[in-house]
Amino acid sequence: MRNLNLFAVVTAAALLLAGCATTDDMPAPKPTGPNLDPQIDANPFPSTYKPLPSVPTALVGATIFTGTGQKIDNGTVLLRDGKIEAVGANISVPADFKSVDAKGKWITPGIIDAHSHLGVYPQPGVDAVSDGNEATSPNTAQVWAEHSVWPQDEAFNAVRRGGVTTMLVLPGSANLFGGRSVTLKNVPSITMQGMKFPGAPYGLKMACGENPKRVYGSKGGAPSTRMGNVAGYRAAWLEAAEYAKKWDAYRASEGKGDMPSRDLKLDTLAGVLKGEILVQNHCYRADEMAVMIDIAKEFGYKITAFHHGSEAYKIADLLAKEDICVATWAGWWGFKVESIDGVAENAALVHAAGGCAVIHSDDPILAQRLNQEAAAALAAGRKIGLNISEADAIKWITANPAKMLGILSKTGTLENGKMADVVVWSANPLSVYALAEKVYIDGALTYDRSDKNYQPKSDFMIDRKVGGTE
Amino acid sequence: MNKFTLTALALAFLSSTAFAGTTAITNAHIYTSGKNGEIASGTIVISNGKIVDVGVNARVPNGASVIDAKGKIVTPGLYAAGTNLGAVEIELVSQTNDNATHNQTLSAAFDISYGIDSDSIVIPVARLGGVTRALVTPVGGDSDGRELLFAGQAAIISLAEGSAPVIKPRAAMVLELGETGAARAGGARGSAIAALRADLDDARWYAGHRRSYDSGSTRELRLSKQDLEALAPVVRGHTPLIISVHRAADIREVLKLAKQYRLKVVLTGVEEGWMVAGELAQAKIPVMLNPTANLPGSFEMRASTMDNAARLEQAGVTIAFANGDGGHRAREGRYNAGNAVAHGLPYAKALAALTINPASMFGDNRSVGSIERGKQADIVIWSGDPLEPLSEAEAVFIAGESQPMTSRPNELAKRYKSLGQPMPPAYKN
Repeated sequence: MRNLNLFAVVTAAALLLAGCATTDDMPAPKPTGPNLDPQIDANPFPSTYKPLPSVPTALVGATIFTGTGQKIDNGTVLLRDGKIEAVGANISVPADFKSVDAKGKWITPGIIDAHSHLGVYPQPGVDAVSDGNEATSPNTAQVWAEHSVWPQDEAFNAVRRGGVTTMLVLPGSANLFGGRSVTLKNVPSITMQGMKFPGAPYGLKMACGENPKRVYGSKGGAPSTRMGNVAGYRAAWLEAAEYAKKWDAYRASEGKGDMPSRDLKLDTLAGVLKGEILVQNHCYRADEMAVMIDIAKEFGYKITAFHHGSEAYKIADLLAKEDICVATWAGWWGFKVESIDGVAENAALVHAAGGCAVIHSDDPILAQRLNQEAAAALAAGRKIGLNISEADAIKWITANPAKMLGILSKTGTLENGKMADVVVWSANPLSVYALAEKVYIDGALTYDRSDKNYQPKSDFMIDRKVGGTE
Repeated sequence: MNKFTLTALALAFLSSTAFAGTTAITNAHIYTSGKNGEIASGTIVISNGKIVDVGVNARVPNGASVIDAKGKIVTPGLYAAGTNLGAVEIELVSQTNDNATHNQTLSAAFDISYGIDSDSIVIPVARLGGVTRALVTPVGGDSDGRELLFAGQAAIISLAEGSAPVIKPRAAMVLELGETGAARAGGARGSAIAALRADLDDARWYAGHRRSYDSGSTRELRLSKQDLEALAPVVRGHTPLIISVHRAADIREVLKLAKQYRLKVVLTGVEEGWMVAGELAQAKIPVMLNPTANLPGSFEMRASTMDNAARLEQAGVTIAFANGDGGHRAREGRYNAGNAVAHGLPYAKALAALTINPASMFGDNRSVGSIERGKQADIVIWSGDPLEPLSEAEAVFIAGESQPMTSRPNELAKRYKSLGQPMPPAYKN
């Protein structure tokens, strides 16, 4: 993304830096002045993530859920140079691999939490660090969750102990447009950039229903109704479409026209219209989701996922047809009117309709046990006669959230060549007694329940009289 | 003998038909939570809503209806301690919240039992999770500007379909200390404890001087007559005082207070309890806790850990599980218990923390909490290990009556199971 438009780079560089030469052989210079063209540097806070040190590792003899709906008995997973090199039942361990006896253990891909506020609503939950909702205007598409992420949130360590290797950190749902989400690899890091998932697309958090209308209606402003919400979305998309058109015209003029004024809010919305930024839409009610789908069609963008989606089961066929994922819970319902029809069978019904079901947390306690939440969702589905395998239920916390985050080609399943994000469990991960014993991220041992050297804790926990293991 | 399979049973009792006469549950793997401990294969005999016999050799009376449990696990009905079942229908619809008073002149007198909705749609959801009994506890109203410390009085309810839910009103008094109490009392713990001491002193005086009070010869009292009246059994040590408290230092303050005033204290929250486990055990103060509360969510729970339940139990503290996630998630209490087991709590102790322990804390153990002769037949038959999310309650009995195994969310899910029909789902009953 950084060298997309060489001509624009040259123009802008000439404009900004007065005389700094750029040739095909040289990388585009990083502008030192204000960035007036959003394409020059579309990634101003680049990932500095580097996998932790690793050795070639063979996990031998486990029961493996691959995340592709397969279950392999007595299987082996080979991890080398951060990648999965082989997965299967009849794999011999190369001589240069460290062999880990995983007999009696269970293996899954790293768990992916598709709805997290870690870092933006960190521990402790005091105002000083609660930075998840820029509830000052119904459209804050210009804010980026990553600028609120506090890497010292101890919950990052807690959810890793629950097998979470990747998460989508979102702004809150006070606003119609809450801002950009960020996808993080769950490694201890001093900086947010050190956790940023390389190459993951940005997301835009949108919110339907009660929250925006309550937050702004209670302040005497707009929106105060659901129709006000919809008017707000549409007005913003119109503005974004015009903004994108101006930039398109400017680019078509090959730099001869006037450069439009840059707008951070509209950069994000235009990014959605161009298909570069994924829409992550908080929405509970079936009828509202259907309206959101129509708005997306009206303005030519795609909704990647509905989050929470308590009533998704009422339109599971529509959501499957539109290829929209549903990230939901098993146990949370009834805390507000728009969640009163929430059912534990939701994910199973979405799955049974051929849709993309995801079990998410929205909570740092639940995020430590997404495997158990998936089990509860599976049990509820089976109880009404849906025949779903355990291996499929594992997809709800691995492959499907990876798809939702736009990173399925990189992680989310145990397939050759993918990032070696792997969890070794003490028992079937759908059991309440299963504990994540070893967590590998990009092939590196990042957590080990039996080795104090691999049990990171945040700076916040230093000098605390923490006597527990977790 | 009439033989029922579980499925037939569920069908037969969908409308909550009462068990007539005597019933025997045979071939049951029973966790009694009582003196008999675990019974690998035994029989429970129920008559007139009570357990009349239990054991390996319990005899099935002639004419009894027999339910063959086929080796499945049978436990006492689960006891949800510290929930808002029946008192909160939808948290964000304030009109449906009856678990907190914002009244500026009333605190201890607040009585949650008057606001329990027997027809709450939340109760059947909890019941499907095996919950048969609950302690419904008030929480403090707005702390801003409200100087009254007590949240009010809790009630014990039964989750039985079709009967008056309140079993015991005013079963406990609830008080929040720590940061919340401090905020209510002027912004600091010193003022909260000082105010609490004044209130307890006043209540003691009142309890011994009702006649003087009524005749107008009284000393200056902070609280209203109604509040003092509600506190009288608390200061006499009859009614348990549930104190919400989190950090170790605050727990120690409460221990001093409990000793000095001879209060019957039950603590709740107690995330840092493991740090003072020995002192709690020595003071014989029981604890309600959520075993999954392991994050430093505030500065008063920085040492929260998954080991809390196991360590407290190991030290000899009686624990009960209160999930603290509201009535809508009361069904998850059993999963929380499973997580405590995964972190070192013995299985039988986890079951006790879901059954007999909360019953004992609130004087309800003579009626329920274990599968023992003479107790009310609150019993659950499980498809597997009750602490596992993959297991389900297959049959729930309260006072011997088979409970309907459905809920509004279940009915909704079934209504939408087959989409794309010619007629809208609204036509499905």
